[in-house]
Amino acid sequence: MQGELGHEGVLVNLYYSFFRPIIKYRRAAIGFVILSGFVLMATVGPEVVPLNLKTDFSQRYKPPSFQHPLGTDYGGRDIFQQIVHGSRDVLTIAALAAMYAITIAVTIGILSGLLGGIVDAILTGLTDIFLTIPSFPVMMAIAAVFEVRDPFSFAAILAIWMWAGLARSIRAEVLSLKQKEFIEAARILGLGTSHIVFREILPNIMPYIVINFITMIRSAITASVGIMFLGIVPFKITHWGVMLYMAMFQYGAVYVPEGIYYALAPLFCIVLLEYGAISLAHGLDEIFNPRLKTYE
Amino acid sequence: MIAQRITKRILLSFFTLLFSASITFFLVNNIPGNVIDVLAAQIMESYGVSYDEAKQMAYTYYFGYESNKSLLERYIDYITNIFRGNLGTSIMYRVPVNSIVVHALPWTLFVLSLSLLTGFAIGTLLGLLMAWRRKTFLDPLVTAYASFTDATPDFVTAMLLFMFLAARLGWFPLKGAYDESLTPGFYPAFIISVLYHAALPILSYVIEHIGFWALIVKGSAASVLEEDFVKAAEARGLHERRILTAYVGRVALIPVIAMLAIQLGYMLGGSTIVETVFTYPGIGYFFSQASSTLDFGLMQGLFFIIILGIILANLAVDIIYPLIDPRARRESAR
Repeated sequence: MQGELGHEGVLVNLYYSFFRPIIKYRRAAIGFVILSGFVLMATVGPEVVPLNLKTDFSQRYKPPSFQHPLGTDYGGRDIFQQIVHGSRDVLTIAALAAMYAITIAVTIGILSGLLGGIVDAILTGLTDIFLTIPSFPVMMAIAAVFEVRDPFSFAAILAIWMWAGLARSIRAEVLSLKQKEFIEAARILGLGTSHIVFREILPNIMPYIVINFITMIRSAITASVGIMFLGIVPFKITHWGVMLYMAMFQYGAVYVPEGIYYALAPLFCIVLLEYGAISLAHGLDEIFNPRLKTYE
Repeated sequence: MIAQRITKRILLSFFTLLFSASITFFLVNNIPGNVIDVLAAQIMESYGVSYDEAKQMAYTYYFGYESNKSLLERYIDYITNIFRGNLGTSIMYRVPVNSIVVHALPWTLFVLSLSLLTGFAIGTLLGLLMAWRRKTFLDPLVTAYASFTDATPDFVTAMLLFMFLAARLGWFPLKGAYDESLTPGFYPAFIISVLYHAALPILSYVIEHIGFWALIVKGSAASVLEEDFVKAAEARGLHERRILTAYVGRVALIPVIAMLAIQLGYMLGGSTIVETVFTYPGIGYFFSQASSTLDFGLMQGLFFIIILGIILANLAVDIIYPLIDPRARRESAR
């Protein structure tokens, strides 16, 4: 189904298979625009917007103005600067966690579905155990005990508790793909297992993986910000979760009317970001699913 | 055949518990040296023993194993202890974790069960109505609401409710499970105080879950509406409400009930956030306190209790399900 394409071919293919449907489907388009906005904020933002973390208590809890688009925090620091600089950490952790989790899920799901037998029984049992254990408390406990400070290990802790659901559905996908003629044909032709996995199975579950990558980014945001909100992983103070922790538990911004912008700015960004991710994932689902059906 | 299925579930539950206990052992085994030093120093002072003895006592007292044994022996000691119901001792509160569980668990169960039932009841009603009357304003409204609450993590909902309804407007209490000036007991003033304090935590869960239940029930009911027996009931001229409750609702709810346990699991996990925001003295509040103060004894004990709760809820659904769904009975008999 995918021929060998040159560079231009790949671009044209990308246009027809990715960008055109996104323009056509409104929901995916909304999600795409929102997510692109945040990615832009996280990549370019910190280079353009300066960060000044010097406290100036005379500027404490100022409402939005031309000088401070989102007002100032308990220390008189600009909230907009913190949001922009924090977005990089929020998105880095979430994207890393989603990448790790996808890798684990794809490996375990394909191994389990393809090999069957005792390997399948053990991996399925393991998946069930990971699905039963509530992820949030266990992420909290591990993050607290190992006193994580860097995004890479934090993302790894999140990922260990995020892969199970996807692994289970990939296993089911592989089981049904195994029955298909083209896999059988590849087997009869004597093409090796690696050919079957990388050239036949993976391309077929790719849309599924892309959609799950986006939903996982979203759950990683919920989990990572939630853990920081409870003050368990003291990260940079520009991280949205740490901002919320400060507003809620440390400096009491939630109790004073002037502190409202400090609490609402990160809350609003989190909801908008998650809404974008959900919309894009649902939209892509709408786009990919009818095509998947015609294959069957 | 049902017995076989349930045996399999019980076996899986046992392994899940064992796995969870292993995680907590792994955590306790990685306890930073300085935490143990502080504990040992306290014991040295109060019992007048040597440092090494004090260290031993700290391990036995807080975590239920002796640190000079081999890793495997420690592991076995720890697991047998926890399976016997000895959940260790809280470092901060200096009491057995069991006694904290006895005080905290009722509050969590109270809030969670009330939230689960309220959210489920309202969501089911909306879902059935959406499936029944397709072309009304209800469907787009509830769908939009559901995708909005889906994008709103529990800490956002809880924090917004706390900020506006409790801190700013002062309509609800800022913390606690009841008015401290009242003595606990079964009299109207106390019960009202308990409900008043539980209102915002319950509201946080309910707001989050109505949309979820509505969409699930709508999907399930929509497929039931296509069935012949519903058309037959309509043809017989039965009253709309009777068709909706006795014919559609009864069948449509069966697959949904299996999700109650899963949802309860999510809520138990989320209780760490909701209870902390409202300083509500349940399991979740103590667990997040234990995590942020590195109270290892309390952390591992409460974690085990949370897992145990989720496993029991799942088991209950597995056992009850064939009783309410004749199809599950028939399929497993095949």
